[in-house]
Amino acid sequence: MSRLSSQILASILVNAIYEMKNYPVILINTLISPLSFLVLIFFVSRGELLGVAILGGMIMTMFQSGMFLQADLSHLKNDFRLQEMVVASPTGPGTYVAGMAMSELIYSSPALLILVVLFGLFVPITFFGALAITVVLLLMFLTSVSLGFALATISSDIVQSFGFSRLITTLFSTLAPVYYPLELIPQPFQLLAYLSPTTYTARLVQALAGFVEVPVETMLLDAGVVLALSAVFLYIGIRKARWRER
Amino acid sequence: MVNEIVCEDVAKVYDNGKEALSAISFSTPTRGIFALIGRNGAGKTTLTRILSTLLEPSSGRATINGLDVMADAGELRDRMAVVPQEGRVIPWMSPVQMITSYLLWRGAGYREARRRARDAVATVGLQEHADRLNRTLSGGMKRKSLVAMVIASEADLIFLDEPSTGLDPISRKGLWDLLTGISRDRFLFMTTHYLEEAEAIADRIGILDNGRLLALGAMDELRASMGEQYVLRFPAGIDLPALDGDIVVGRDGMAQVMTTEEVARSLSSTLIARGARFSMNPVTLEDIFYRKVGTDIGNGEGGD
Repeated sequence: MSRLSSQILASILVNAIYEMKNYPVILINTLISPLSFLVLIFFVSRGELLGVAILGGMIMTMFQSGMFLQADLSHLKNDFRLQEMVVASPTGPGTYVAGMAMSELIYSSPALLILVVLFGLFVPITFFGALAITVVLLLMFLTSVSLGFALATISSDIVQSFGFSRLITTLFSTLAPVYYPLELIPQPFQLLAYLSPTTYTARLVQALAGFVEVPVETMLLDAGVVLALSAVFLYIGIRKARWRER
Repeated sequence: MVNEIVCEDVAKVYDNGKEALSAISFSTPTRGIFALIGRNGAGKTTLTRILSTLLEPSSGRATINGLDVMADAGELRDRMAVVPQEGRVIPWMSPVQMITSYLLWRGAGYREARRRARDAVATVGLQEHADRLNRTLSGGMKRKSLVAMVIASEADLIFLDEPSTGLDPISRKGLWDLLTGISRDRFLFMTTHYLEEAEAIADRIGILDNGRLLALGAMDELRASMGEQYVLRFPAGIDLPALDGDIVVGRDGMAQVMTTEEVARSLSSTLIARGARFSMNPVTLEDIFYRKVGTDIGNGEGGD
């Protein structure tokens, strides 16, 4: 086992595996948000929007991971001083944050597993289409992790951190048209929806799955926006974060 | 390479303008236990954080065993382990799980980390609680877990910021034994508010106040730096030759005076001749501390 993989494993154990092993009840928590909206949309649309809602569940799960990262980084840093113990060790900031980000994916894996099964059953798509959706979802994950990382650098305690987390999750993955097509909401709100990075991701995956028709140029533009947002959030996070305090 | 900590004009002024350290300079060998004492806001934590590569100094230079805390932080971090002032065990993990994770962050393989974690937990006497969740452990056990973590690290430079705060006297004594054990083959830099703790276990002691280092040395050296080396206690009503120094009379009716060895001997002869009950002891760290720092309560608002 290389030093790097040990260091990444440490973050995954602390922030996902041991937590899930010692408190199995939290597994339900990771499932509840994405799946409850999926069920709601399924009933309200009488099954018509099931495919779109499955994709929405996947986007929300990926987006939530970044928000969880924000809360977890802040919690471990401010409440247990764990980050200081790690700073004064051979682990560097990039490895620590990468390990923590991966731990959030592991944490979300029960929900992702169910959603992948539902996706296989209810979203008719080619292998390359599925591959493209995977890439877009990973991009969403990168955006949310970057945003979470940037927010973690400015939140000073767990209450503030959870405040950010809940607010942004609601704005970007519940109010934004993630579980249903953008066209279903009235015009002024469609424009507002474009303030959320999840809107671009949702349109991309819905188009890739064939649920909505979007010109290729628009899809490329959407992908560019998501990439640019990732870069901006990552830049803010790196600029603001201090491994060694000043 | 010289095995010592060297600080040259190390200063720290925080963004809010608060001066936590004002250009302190000292050197001390990196062996045994070094204890930094001082009241709240003295600058203990600031200095500890600078030396343990967690905080940048505003100016000055600090080296540990020839490695600069700024330029050679990576190399130093390979060799050091730190438990910060408010460092706490993670409640949803067991001692073994927490120590295993810490060792993985230090680069150990999983099996080795697990083995070393179990060994360290046994070393601090927590083997029966090794797999219980930290949240179920007592305060003393949690502290021992953190000490086990640095023991398992095999780092040779260990920084503990107030490791015994909040412990009961028996747990604290147990912790002293552990720290003394660690210091046999590693250097331990610690801060404490408990003067008797520093006196009991530290090989060298630094006294910090308002960001200034007032004294540094082994207990004998600190005593030698005082004008008086002995404390004499005797019944307050006894008529004695004129004494230099302040005589403090306690509620128990006993007078106390700090004096030189020569005067103490002379006074004790007089007191024996008069059949008075008295005691004569070397000055303690508490006596030295109050003499150096003063007894004003102060506002303790510096940058600890």
